[in-house]
Amino acid sequence: MDAIILQILNGLDKGSAYALIALGLTLIFGTLGVVNFAHGALFMIGAFCAVTFSKILHSSYTVIDETKTDFLGNPLKVDMTYVEKWFGNAAGGTILDWAVPLSILFAIPVMIIIGFVMERGLIKHFYTRPHADQILVTFGLAIVLQELIKYFYGANPIPTGAPEMFRGSFDFGALLGFDANTIIYPYWRLVYFVFSAVIIGAVFSFLRFTTFGMVVRAGMADRETVGLLGININKRFTLMFGMAAAVAGLAGVMYAPINSPNYHMGMDFLVLSFVVVVVGGMGSLPGAVLAGFLLGILESFASMNEIKSILPGIDQIIIYLVAIIILLTRPRGLMGRKGVMEE
Amino acid sequence: MSNNTFTRRGVLRTGAIAGAGVALPTIFTASSAAAYTNEPMGSSVTLGFNVPQTGPYADEGADELRAYELAVEHLNGGGDGGMLNTFSSDALQGNGILGKKVEYVTGDTQTKSDAARASARSMIEKDGAIMVTGGSSSGVAIAVQGLCQEAGVIFMAGLTHSNDTTGKDKKANGFRHFFNAYMSGAALAPVLKQLYGSDRNAYHLTADYTWGWTQEESIVAATEALGWNTVNTVKTPLSATDFSSYIAPVMNSGADVLVLNHYGGNMVNSLTNAVQFGLREKVVNGKNFEIVVPLYSRLMARGAGENVKGIHGSTNWHWSLQDDASKAFVKSFGTKYGFPPSQAAHTVYCQTLLYADAAQRAGTFNPCGIAEALEGFEFDGLGNGKTLYRAADHQCFKDVLVVRGKENPQSEFDLLEVVEVTPAEQVTYEPDHPMFAGGALGECNPGS
Repeated sequence: MDAIILQILNGLDKGSAYALIALGLTLIFGTLGVVNFAHGALFMIGAFCAVTFSKILHSSYTVIDETKTDFLGNPLKVDMTYVEKWFGNAAGGTILDWAVPLSILFAIPVMIIIGFVMERGLIKHFYTRPHADQILVTFGLAIVLQELIKYFYGANPIPTGAPEMFRGSFDFGALLGFDANTIIYPYWRLVYFVFSAVIIGAVFSFLRFTTFGMVVRAGMADRETVGLLGININKRFTLMFGMAAAVAGLAGVMYAPINSPNYHMGMDFLVLSFVVVVVGGMGSLPGAVLAGFLLGILESFASMNEIKSILPGIDQIIIYLVAIIILLTRPRGLMGRKGVMEE
Repeated sequence: MSNNTFTRRGVLRTGAIAGAGVALPTIFTASSAAAYTNEPMGSSVTLGFNVPQTGPYADEGADELRAYELAVEHLNGGGDGGMLNTFSSDALQGNGILGKKVEYVTGDTQTKSDAARASARSMIEKDGAIMVTGGSSSGVAIAVQGLCQEAGVIFMAGLTHSNDTTGKDKKANGFRHFFNAYMSGAALAPVLKQLYGSDRNAYHLTADYTWGWTQEESIVAATEALGWNTVNTVKTPLSATDFSSYIAPVMNSGADVLVLNHYGGNMVNSLTNAVQFGLREKVVNGKNFEIVVPLYSRLMARGAGENVKGIHGSTNWHWSLQDDASKAFVKSFGTKYGFPPSQAAHTVYCQTLLYADAAQRAGTFNPCGIAEALEGFEFDGLGNGKTLYRAADHQCFKDVLVVRGKENPQSEFDLLEVVEVTPAEQVTYEPDHPMFAGGALGECNPGS
């Protein structure tokens, strides 16, 4: 039982990332009708926003410490951060410690701008082209972004820590009446889950309770009619692209302490997120969120040793297996509606 | 009525034979009067450096390339000479190899066997490389070693740790300076016993490819010999990035040691996940839970950041060693590039010098002459103490370092500290040891 609870918890954080990425994918697909294979790269760029912001905060000047020597025997050069110089050691230290959550403020404008530039500069020209062309161009873009990141940041993962107070892990076992130390879960993954729930809630409320959101939803349902009513739907859709990019970016920022960011992390999530979108139902936002969590949890279960001893290798194919079963029984996905992506 | 003497069948047969002839790579056919593949005729000789310039091990590859460039500079008489000054063999004079200036070409393995073979083939066929060296993955090294054997050039393996490279997949034209998984197990076991006792339950997470399998086998054998019990061994896909679902079952398995047979990004992520899940604070069976990473590198330690503190593993070489050779190498590398070399850089630098020295001593670039000069060659002054290139399997036998993640690093390079230097005798095994059995060196192939 404790192992099952642990795997459910485990699935939640992975599911959170899948859900956030799939949410953005569905938004773009539903509004613009574009299959955006560069969406994983946006997630990765989000994580590197955290890395970059943390680097900016850690920008430093060099002081030569005559009492110590470096590896060549020369006097040691010690880096002192400006933040600590300006704010004092205590306050400066706290700012540095909270670099990842603070980078949300940095990431939102950056991601929206990147989304705008991507949409206006490249993807706009592919609206009327076949889906295959869209996939090729966005996939190419993803590779370019990935190689750019590798050029500037190197191929190895870059450790980006959570704030000190979230570094430990939480003993769920004791809380639920199990033996202590049986269900342990890192604090930061809980933070990630709560954070993604808030973002998902915010996106849904935005679409449901604002006029802007209402127009966008109407556009998703019937673009032509909304256009005929004299509403400039394209402009709003561009904004939605920026918003989807920001959602993916924020998912990446907060993911940085879970797994050290590397240039390839976007691709790792992208393919699975597409499966999530298809399973959830093309164009269905609640479907994407539901499928994200569902597949995240299933993936966790599949890597339990008890299950792997019966079905070896199941952890690597479970998501695709479930996708096949769901598409066979519900060809439109879990919450897909009639008429979406059907000519 | 046509009076054509061609028959359909005849045309087809001729076409098939001609096609097969054209398709046969030129390296397998005697196309020149040279005594061996790519015999250098001019005033220079070309070496082929085949390293991952893209892909997950690109940082290791970049460091290897720096070391290769440094080695070429030293061989041609440039720079401060580095370990040429400390190397026990004084055949090399700093005027190239056998009086020929050393030049080089580089290739990108992408950490993929097929890409690595393609770039090695291109270096041999198009650029006339007389020797190929490099690789940051055992899968790649084994693939390229096989190709070099067929092509008739020497392969000086770079960073490859699988037992199979000089075990069941060993080749007469292939040589490895780097240590292997068996040696890691043999070196680590006594240290683990001393630190953690002989009553332990170990849980293995293993990268699912040749290197991971042989490392798991080696560490399981070494620790079970201490009296440890192996609770479980779980293979993880090489492409995995989040290991939390593999880490979670460890907690309730009754294990009190986690062995991570992972390298590069895999290790960085699995270790980070394990620490996040509080494994290091856990107490199981009345003992502190411990994590062991059998193959360590400084580049990996940097990726894992704070999480490596106090964690033990083994390594081929570390820049903080205080022998004259290591100091000379660190000085010349550090002066040129501004940071100390990694173990990958060290092993490929050594391999380049060892190849050049063997050619010089043999008086020829003929792969068979060089192989003979390397076989059974004993040397010193390359940073690992007394070393033997064993004739039976072309594996170097030298001291192995047991290292620990440093608690209070002084700089961004100062991440590991050497806990013990395990003497070569302790990590030496018979050539027909079961973990290495199954292959044969075969005959040296000079090509052409």
